[in-house]
Amino acid sequence: MTAVTPAPPSTAGAPAPADIAPGSRSGGRSRLRAAAGFAFGAALLFAVAPLALSDFRLALLAKYLCVAMVAVGIGIAWGRGGMLTLGQGVFFGLGGYAMAMHLKLADAGPGGMPDFMQLYGQLDELPVWWRPFASPWFALPATVLLPMAVAFGLGSLVFRRRVRGAYFAILSQALAAAMVILLIGQQGTTGGTNGLTDIQGFFGYDLDDPVNQRMVYFIIAGVLLALLALARQLIHSRYGELLVAVRDSEERVRFLGYDPASVKLVAYVVAAGMAGLAGALFVPAVGIISPALIGIVPSIEFVIGVAVGGRATLLGPVLGAVAVAWARTALSERFPGTWTYLQGLLFVVVVAFLPGGLASLWALARRRDAGPEQSRRGWPAPARRRASRAEAHR
Amino acid sequence: MTVLFGQLFTGISIGAVLLLIALGLALTFGQMNVINMAHGEFIMAGAYTTYVLQQSITGAGLSLLVALPVAFVVAGTMGVLLEILLIRRLYARPLDTLLVTWGVSLMLQQLARDVFGSPNVQTRAPELLTGNVAVPGGLTVANNRLFILALALAAVAALTLALRFTPLGRRIRAVVQNRDLAAVSGVPTARVDRTTFFLGSGLAGLAGVALTLLGPIGPTMGTNLIIDAFLVVVVGGIGQLKGSVIVAFALGVLQATGEYLTTLSVAKVIVFVAIVAFLQWRPQGLFTLRTRSLA
Amino acid sequence: MSVLWGRRILAGAMTLVAAAAMTACGSKTSDEGGAAGVTADVSGDTVKVGLLNSLSGTMAISEVTVRDSIMLAVEEINAAGGVLGKKIQPIGEDGASDWPTFAEKAEKLISEDRVAAVFGCWTSASRKAVKPVFEKNKALLFYPVQYEGLEQSPYIFYTGATTNQQIVPGLDYLKAQGTKSVYLVGSDYVFPRTANKIIKAYAAANGMTVVGEDYAPLGSTEFGTIVNKVKSSGAKAVFNTLNGDSNVAFFKEYKSAGLTAAAMPVVSVSIAEEEVKGIGTQYLEGQLTAWNYYQTTPGAANGKFVAAYKAKYGADKPTSDPMEAAYVSVYLWKAMVEKAGAFDVEKVRGVSDGITFDAPEGLVTVDGKTQHIAKTARIGKVGADGLITEVWNSGKPIAPDPYLKTYPWASGLS
Repeated sequence: MTAVTPAPPSTAGAPAPADIAPGSRSGGRSRLRAAAGFAFGAALLFAVAPLALSDFRLALLAKYLCVAMVAVGIGIAWGRGGMLTLGQGVFFGLGGYAMAMHLKLADAGPGGMPDFMQLYGQLDELPVWWRPFASPWFALPATVLLPMAVAFGLGSLVFRRRVRGAYFAILSQALAAAMVILLIGQQGTTGGTNGLTDIQGFFGYDLDDPVNQRMVYFIIAGVLLALLALARQLIHSRYGELLVAVRDSEERVRFLGYDPASVKLVAYVVAAGMAGLAGALFVPAVGIISPALIGIVPSIEFVIGVAVGGRATLLGPVLGAVAVAWARTALSERFPGTWTYLQGLLFVVVVAFLPGGLASLWALARRRDAGPEQSRRGWPAPARRRASRAEAHR
Repeated sequence: MTVLFGQLFTGISIGAVLLLIALGLALTFGQMNVINMAHGEFIMAGAYTTYVLQQSITGAGLSLLVALPVAFVVAGTMGVLLEILLIRRLYARPLDTLLVTWGVSLMLQQLARDVFGSPNVQTRAPELLTGNVAVPGGLTVANNRLFILALALAAVAALTLALRFTPLGRRIRAVVQNRDLAAVSGVPTARVDRTTFFLGSGLAGLAGVALTLLGPIGPTMGTNLIIDAFLVVVVGGIGQLKGSVIVAFALGVLQATGEYLTTLSVAKVIVFVAIVAFLQWRPQGLFTLRTRSLA
Repeated sequence: MSVLWGRRILAGAMTLVAAAAMTACGSKTSDEGGAAGVTADVSGDTVKVGLLNSLSGTMAISEVTVRDSIMLAVEEINAAGGVLGKKIQPIGEDGASDWPTFAEKAEKLISEDRVAAVFGCWTSASRKAVKPVFEKNKALLFYPVQYEGLEQSPYIFYTGATTNQQIVPGLDYLKAQGTKSVYLVGSDYVFPRTANKIIKAYAAANGMTVVGEDYAPLGSTEFGTIVNKVKSSGAKAVFNTLNGDSNVAFFKEYKSAGLTAAAMPVVSVSIAEEEVKGIGTQYLEGQLTAWNYYQTTPGAANGKFVAAYKAKYGADKPTSDPMEAAYVSVYLWKAMVEKAGAFDVEKVRGVSDGITFDAPEGLVTVDGKTQHIAKTARIGKVGADGLITEVWNSGKPIAPDPYLKTYPWASGLS
């Protein structure tokens, strides 16, 4: 999988040949290496990790992999499409709640109601909008389609009106805040701040059983690999090229006769779907979904892993997300206060001084070996960045 | 009827708080295109300045008056440091300033926790500002709200005059309208950037002093306010102040009305929907600055 | 790029998932008898206990003080020879004010560190998040904070007050003062909403009227409208279930609007000595609180607790109800273990009924059936020095009743 290197983002300079067709240029060799990388990843996730890790650590890894799925989506929307979405928590939450609602109803049995509703809502019967979620045929597709529909609705409104850049980032952040307030306010039917907890079963399997927890892990690992394959496919398609073009110069793409709004919309919707799926799988892995997971802060934290790994690469976001989540667990066990400093420092150092993320270090190392042709594919040199400064100031 | 006027005044005073917070952002975000998420922590710095000053100056009224200029300088200096160390490198990447300054805000919060402790600290407000004045018609108006309204309006007036009539203001406007042209005409753009950032951050410090009269003084006090303030600048339109002023008061009244008729939670959602709808109508905000640079 | 390639990968992945899932089919939910609990590791000359509190994030402000008082109890017990001859080895974890993190750390303490008991959690949301973890592993949690009741887990001991030991006495006090109408103000989460439901049922049965009810999102600091509504409502008192920072903004607004403790007192259930410091006595003097313990509570046990706490953490640090409940919880666990003669969870639970402890708040007794604690309710008034002094108490410990079954007016509540 490591064969996929980013096209350089945002420069005002003329695009290098590598930007136009990274996939087709290297042809068969790249494909072979991708397949090899994929097999390696699968072996790692399916064979090495389950053998090497205790049940507890494997469950943690399952949680990290869910975060990594969100990161894949952010990599597409932000890294390739230039849309800094600070509201991915919303889609993560929609998917998570859809799944949790179904599992709660399944736990309660036919005709039953989730425990918290009687306690906090004093409802005598299930609210109308909960009912469809009793059926897995509705709930499962909804975990992906619901976030996609919301993203489509919001995206088609804002992209069409050319709301972009910082405006879009702040708006998506406000969306996360609004969603949290809305969820908490409807305590009787959503569980309020507690969220939906104490989920016992997953389609008939008892989640307390370590064997079933392992099964959930395998599903999550498999889905993550599938999402990566999908993302690679997308990035290397004509659409993928167009998306990068829109990121680098929306106006030029418009002049060429494309509609940048729909190009961005697709990436945004795909990212939302991935976040939704991640949320849905997070629920059986962790057994809880709550507003605390979808607000402004967790939404920004989704982004940090992507930035650390390398936003415009395929694998960078995944590795970055897992690494950051792991570091958080490992460090906060020892130095709780220090973690906050370190997290802040990560943001500052990586974004300000290493905008290509750790992946750009990799590219840098390869450039040494591979000579001048490869060097165009790294992050833009400082000189070129400065040239685009005036443009950014419009 | 009394309640209605009371609500109107509440709305206006919510607007004044928003305005005071957003004014600094209108400079740094509106004029310089820098999304400074640490703005909330500069507010916090202003509030803690008030607290520290009260440890040595016992008169509540006097310490508040002293705190205003001191907090302005403290927060402004922090802003300049931030500009020199980080933001200077990021002018070409406005989205990245958001992430970097968010990291800075995390660190500043933790720093405040380590220095002042996690619990909120208290300041004493002068007795004059904890009372209220009766307005004919049975309505009472809280003095601290009046003070903040006056402070916000004074800050707007001072800033407007400075931008319009001083050489510095002229330079700032020149850089905003056309950076390259300003540079070739001999305007030291880097220094202007720094000064603008000083002013914007200083205004956050001012807001911090005012907020000690209304809310908690603690490490996370800034984070709750910052998103609303950004929305004010986004909807107001970047590049000038009058948009932010109008939008701050409009959102304040909208929220107060919505809150009165429904609940605070619903009101917040209403405000968000209104903003998305408004941006459909005017995606560049209420007022846009027309310049001759390519857009 | 070939579409074929992607499809092949996708198909491969799906096969892998299917294969893995097939080989890993565990027990169904319908199967009887779940996984066996993890037994605590007590083989050495120490016994490990877990401390699970938020040391970072928004809840750190409160939870750090709880951690401090648990540590104080642990040190005192160790200095006096430990439990069953073993020294207590505390293992601290940071819940980071994030509910899934609480669940994760609870799992770690139980299955990796194999602790004998866990002390901690503050918010209801964090308790709800860890509850399944403790029940699954059959491990013990001691929860030290007043809460909204309506819960009774066999693996949790609740050492804070439930509603009938805090909210109901608060209402009794208001009723005795002749208060006929109240306004309810709370943060938008489980505790205030449940508390207000109870208050409304109480009011309906006791000739009080609830003239208004408002919720602010957690962390909200804009109270102009709510105070405006309170002021125009003509209520005789306010029952305040706001949490954290919101209290500061609420009381500053309250005073500016010209409302006073004399004319319209506010009864708060989440403001303890520590919070008083953060709000300022300028705004709080004369207002009422409902708790089971104050720093000023008389008695030798409290004198010793306050002195020890201040000696360890600083003279300016006040002690408060949740801190005291956390301190007590360690001693109660010690008493249970010693009575059982073992650290085994089921044995400890089995002997818990009737265990008493001469706590700083007065004598407390464990009720084995509900695993709550009989406590004396105390109404206090904030003084100019920032301390809270008692103005009324229930006279004797009130037996815990988390589902309010013994109160006829509450029959429709749970």
